[in-house]
Amino acid sequence: MSDEEKFDAIIIGAGPAGAACAYVLAKEGKSVILVERGATAGEKNLTGGRLYTYAMELVEPGLYKQAPMQRKVVREQIMMMSANSAITADYVNYDFNTDMPQSFTVLRAPFDEWFAGKAEEQGAMLACGILVEDLIEKDGKIVGVRAGDDEIYANVVIAADGINSFIAQKAGLRDDITAHSVGVGAKEIIELPSSVIQDRFNLNGDEGAARVIIGGTEGVLGGGFLYTNQESISLGVVLNPADIARSGKKIHDILQELKMHPAIYPLIKDGTTVEYGAHLVPELGFSGMPKKLYRDGLVVVGDAAGMCMNTGTILRGIDLAIVSGVAAARAIIANEGASDIGVAYMQELEKLQLLPTMRLYGKYHELLSNPRMISTYPNMMNEIMKMMFSVDGTLPKRIDKAIFGIVKKHVTFGQILADGWKGFKATT
Amino acid sequence: MTVKKLTPEELLGLDKFAVDEEEPHIVLDKTICAKCVDKPCLVVCPAVLYTLKDGEMNFDYAGCLECGTCRVVCKDKGIIKWTYPRGTFGVAYRNG
Repeated sequence: MSDEEKFDAIIIGAGPAGAACAYVLAKEGKSVILVERGATAGEKNLTGGRLYTYAMELVEPGLYKQAPMQRKVVREQIMMMSANSAITADYVNYDFNTDMPQSFTVLRAPFDEWFAGKAEEQGAMLACGILVEDLIEKDGKIVGVRAGDDEIYANVVIAADGINSFIAQKAGLRDDITAHSVGVGAKEIIELPSSVIQDRFNLNGDEGAARVIIGGTEGVLGGGFLYTNQESISLGVVLNPADIARSGKKIHDILQELKMHPAIYPLIKDGTTVEYGAHLVPELGFSGMPKKLYRDGLVVVGDAAGMCMNTGTILRGIDLAIVSGVAAARAIIANEGASDIGVAYMQELEKLQLLPTMRLYGKYHELLSNPRMISTYPNMMNEIMKMMFSVDGTLPKRIDKAIFGIVKKHVTFGQILADGWKGFKATT
Repeated sequence: MTVKKLTPEELLGLDKFAVDEEEPHIVLDKTICAKCVDKPCLVVCPAVLYTLKDGEMNFDYAGCLECGTCRVVCKDKGIIKWTYPRGTFGVAYRNG
């Protein structure tokens, strides 16, 4: 293949990272091919989920207004679940929906297809239905990709092929993922009329609610989530695969139990499940990222680079993917020589605050992998609430003694101190 | 329609698949699986596609959601091949 037929960039995977990168590059006049294994962009992809809008603004200000978003999130909810009860903290703030809403709930099939289409409008070539099987290496530099009998060449290859990233593995940048470094998510899309969703969640018009669920996973490490879409609810769980294996409980069974939980069922009743999906999620945050995100002729972005974070209240992935796609594009635009792109990409990730933020939350996963966080404390809090609201005509215990009694039943003070210390260490 | 517990078959029945009849994207060496004590794949697959039939490991790649969980928990490496399906094949989410 001659130089004229060589692309400036080959992007593997038309998810948000790939599409963002393709959009920015194509807009700058670079020749870009965006290769996607699905018959359409988005059909292989799954989220909880939500998208924080700031990331779209980096791609092109105002572009998000055209996107097939679901609902503007104004209600942030935390649910602490026990077998038959739940405590729900419902924080509503309409500042989250000002001129630019802070975040939207999204469905990935329509969103990713739209986003890849926008990159195409900017001049990127979108090649769907093609699975990239291998990289082409020459003199220690990645110079292209192989898909079946086809070979495509470019100045730089961007691995945006998701969590399983076989491309990053083939490039020697990381080993295969391990059971402890990921969560497996399973989700149902449950359709309900828009007005019913608004009534059940106290929403006006196109506003939405996002909920993290602590407990409700039958003691398996992980948690649940619920997002309101325009005309459906995304309900799911994300669990640690090693702990699922240990427990012997199946993830789809845990999700079915969650659906029938007395505090969840009224929110989804009369709904119709229309889709079931499963996907892996990077769980270790910064420490789960490959040590190196580039080599000569290749950079790794998004989930493939382990860019995901969970603070317990905030779950981020799609926005980080988009930011990294933009960072890669900026590095490519600023550097003609492929060998300088990697370093420039890392600088962009620092400048765009992606790496500093991931470092800041670097140890949060240690907190969330504490089994007491997902069953002992939720059960204890629920029991305290029950005591505080119970009246049966007998003489109640003095409240301090009652609380002390409940706490002692669930944990030792040594454990509370240890968990408190761990929490302090992880967050400071 | 009312919300109720659904079986894995019912759940997968809701999804759209283009099954690659010619080339399975996941292949097992059943002699390795037979010796595996824990068999975590039986539990972790969200689509419950790994089953034991007369003591022999059985896997149906047709309903695979392509998540990769079986591969990451596979201890004895009885999964000798795990790739994505060829282009256009496999699961196709309409919502995602």
